[in-house]
Amino acid sequence: MDKIWMVTRRELGTYFNSVVAYIVVILFLVITGALFWLNFFQEISVVSLRGFFSQAPLFLAFFAPAITMGLLASEKRSGTLELLMTMPVSDLQIVVGKFLAAVGLLAVVFLMTLVYPLTLSMLGDLDWGAVAAGYIGLMLLGGSYAAIGLMASSFTRDQVVAILVAFSICFFLYLIDQLVGQASGVAARSAEYLSTSYHFENIARGVVDARDVFYYLSLMAVSLGVATLSVGARRW
Amino acid sequence: METGSTSGATGAESIVVENLHKRYGDFEALGGISFSINPGEIVGFLGPNGAGKTTTMKILTCFMSASGGSASVAGFDVHNDATEVRRRVGYLPENVPLYDEMIVFDYLRFVAELRGVAKGRREERIRAVAELTGLEQVMGRTISELSKGYRQRVGLAQAIIHEPDVIVLDEPTTGLDPNQIIEIRDVIKTIGKEKTIIFSTHILQEVTAVCDRIIIINRGEIVADGSLHELEARVARAEPGLVVSYEGEATDALYAWLSGLGGVEGVSEVGGRPGSCTYRLKTLDKATTRRALLAGEPGVARELLELREAEPTLEAIFRLYTGGETEEGASLVSVPASAATASEEGDEVVAQRGEAPVEASVKNLNASDAEVSESMAEDAATMDETSEPEEVSRG
Repeated sequence: MDKIWMVTRRELGTYFNSVVAYIVVILFLVITGALFWLNFFQEISVVSLRGFFSQAPLFLAFFAPAITMGLLASEKRSGTLELLMTMPVSDLQIVVGKFLAAVGLLAVVFLMTLVYPLTLSMLGDLDWGAVAAGYIGLMLLGGSYAAIGLMASSFTRDQVVAILVAFSICFFLYLIDQLVGQASGVAARSAEYLSTSYHFENIARGVVDARDVFYYLSLMAVSLGVATLSVGARRW
Repeated sequence: METGSTSGATGAESIVVENLHKRYGDFEALGGISFSINPGEIVGFLGPNGAGKTTTMKILTCFMSASGGSASVAGFDVHNDATEVRRRVGYLPENVPLYDEMIVFDYLRFVAELRGVAKGRREERIRAVAELTGLEQVMGRTISELSKGYRQRVGLAQAIIHEPDVIVLDEPTTGLDPNQIIEIRDVIKTIGKEKTIIFSTHILQEVTAVCDRIIIINRGEIVADGSLHELEARVARAEPGLVVSYEGEATDALYAWLSGLGGVEGVSEVGGRPGSCTYRLKTLDKATTRRALLAGEPGVARELLELREAEPTLEAIFRLYTGGETEEGASLVSVPASAATASEEGDEVVAQRGEAPVEASVKNLNASDAEVSESMAEDAATMDETSEPEEVSRG
């Protein structure tokens, strides 16, 4: 656990010392902020964050991979991963440590978006329960995308390839339930189950269901597992 | 010292390698090498690029698994007790990969933490290695701002910060200027007083300066293992000869006369100082040749400037054991010009190299590296790519 935290702390330090993290954070805040404030006065009668929670997942599909793209790819390229892997720290600890750093950065970004609900709450009676659920959903979704991004980063030493692969997977998982529309049947149900947006909508409605949480946690576990194997594959 | 006490009891040898194999696909990088190293030895790992030096080191540091055979470091098996081995090994990979965006002090603290230096001792250890490697001046600077020499020192510092029993250095002096090379050598020698050090190089002078023992590896096999003196003696037996210098320009008559002397099997001209000419005489019976040379008179009146035994050079040792090859496999076609001529001209080249200034032969070796390095499967690719940013930052 100590080792994981050491890796995480180093990565967080790198994030906040580099321009990339600030660009990503600012861009995310500008885009979601613009969309939020554009609708703000039109739907002023409805005190809800629904608009924000319906758009954020789409942007996360791009921003989470942007945060994670360099985590393993650049270390592979520079050779520092080799050095890290010869220190008394396991592959899993390296991967989880980096994952937590990405999640930490996402948490900071989400923390900044709390301005939106705070503003709304001044105008009327805001359902804080729904907001909390929405943020839990955002963290789970962001975590899953970060895990996928980390996995993509472990496949290659090229950051551009990493972000494109991760974005493709995240975007695919985001859109897959829209392919099936209202259809029923096993295929449609499973497509729906695989979709990140389907589960996110459930949670954003204010219902934090164990099944949805389980979906995200398993998505993270699988992605991180694959990333660990992929990092370890260099040993063979 | 807490790491030293535990391993001291586990075995006499600090590195034992037995019949180690490594295959990359269908290419055999290591064909079953065996050696053992005692505590406190500084061992130079010598060989052409692609010979398997880096592969061996990666296995010893638990970065890679072997395909067969066993290796143990500080009494622990690299496969079964990887964590224990990693605690006791300090490693500096080729090209010194460091986190460029970090400050030197932060980086060393990070490594100290990860390498398991006890909390109370971290500051003390960081100060100690900074002093040893001469990093005090740059502790507050970002690693990307450092010169190559300082980077190398940071690399060394991180490898010794946890007081490892065994230190593995992969080409620690590549790309440094002569002053920096000497500084790094001094650091290695200082550390080597207490620790076992194994380091690879293809700069031959390095081993003379630093090593107790040389292991020459070629095409995944150990071809020579011994102290510098032992190896020199073997080469002297294999390629005996005399060197003789005369005043004035080289002439065919002089060449013919030398060739005709008793015991001489071959004569080659070696570049000498201006106004003099130097020849290397290949002879098995040095006494006969020497007498004949001193008794006879060359056709024209020439003053004999020098007569001495041809000393076995490191280049000769290297060439004798590696057969002039620079690349794994027999594909001499792709071998760069300098190496190709070396293997064609045979003995003459040895003689010439023996006389040539040290820098020139080192340069030759280095020049061939660039072209050969692509060969080493995936690892070489890593290194090629990592070398690009360095080029840029230097310019």
